[in-house]
Amino acid sequence: MDYLIVSLLLFGIGLFGALSRKNAIAILMSIELMLNAVNLNLIVFSKQLMDVSGQIFALFIIAMAAAEVTIGLAIVLNLYRGFQEVDVDRINLLKW
Amino acid sequence: MSFYFLFLAGVLLVSAVLVVTLRNIFHCALFLILALLSLALIYFRLGAPFVGVMQLVVYVGAIMILILFAIMLTSRLSHRLQRASNQQVIPAALAVLFFLYFALTVLRRTSFPRNFGGHFDPLLDLGKALLTAYLLPFEVISLILLVALVGAIVLARRD
Repeated sequence: MDYLIVSLLLFGIGLFGALSRKNAIAILMSIELMLNAVNLNLIVFSKQLMDVSGQIFALFIIAMAAAEVTIGLAIVLNLYRGFQEVDVDRINLLKW
Repeated sequence: MSFYFLFLAGVLLVSAVLVVTLRNIFHCALFLILALLSLALIYFRLGAPFVGVMQLVVYVGAIMILILFAIMLTSRLSHRLQRASNQQVIPAALAVLFFLYFALTVLRRTSFPRNFGGHFDPLLDLGKALLTAYLLPFEVISLILLVALVGAIVLARRD
């Protein structure tokens, strides 16, 4: 239960960061925080139910996070090449 | 609820808050490393040593190096330190507080099933399950990693 509250708070912090940061890399880091909160939940339930599936899904999520951050950073580098900055408030060509 | 758990959870949450609030993005990345390290120690404590080692190797070893490289390539760190957050701080904080309130309510009213009395070896059974019941997802993950590799090269190539 304590672990679940910790992971809930971690998810909330990550959500706040993803909603309020301007730098695209900072948003990616906040998403990493949220993914880690999910992982903590999976590990806690794996221990509580004594089922190994939770740990396996945590491993899959770590691999997915690696893939996600690779693609995300490639997109950010491309943005930087085009706009000379990574501020998502000013990259608004698709907005209206 | 031991002192060790409180210490790890405190380090984790404080460094997570610093990750989303500090202005210098390089410091944010360093505190993210601290948060991931304390999370790996929590995994060890929860009886998941393999996941803890993978957290250290993949997150702290690979992903954070990648993020630090991207920060050094894209941000002019020594220049001005402008505001790190957009104009939506207060709506974002309100949304997160509402979410936390509802989730805590759900968490308090749910009765979670206790341990069924089973037991597993965190390394032996993990390996067995990964190569029997979860063989197909395991292979699909390797395919996804290959696709991500090719996609990152195609996206970041200068042409």
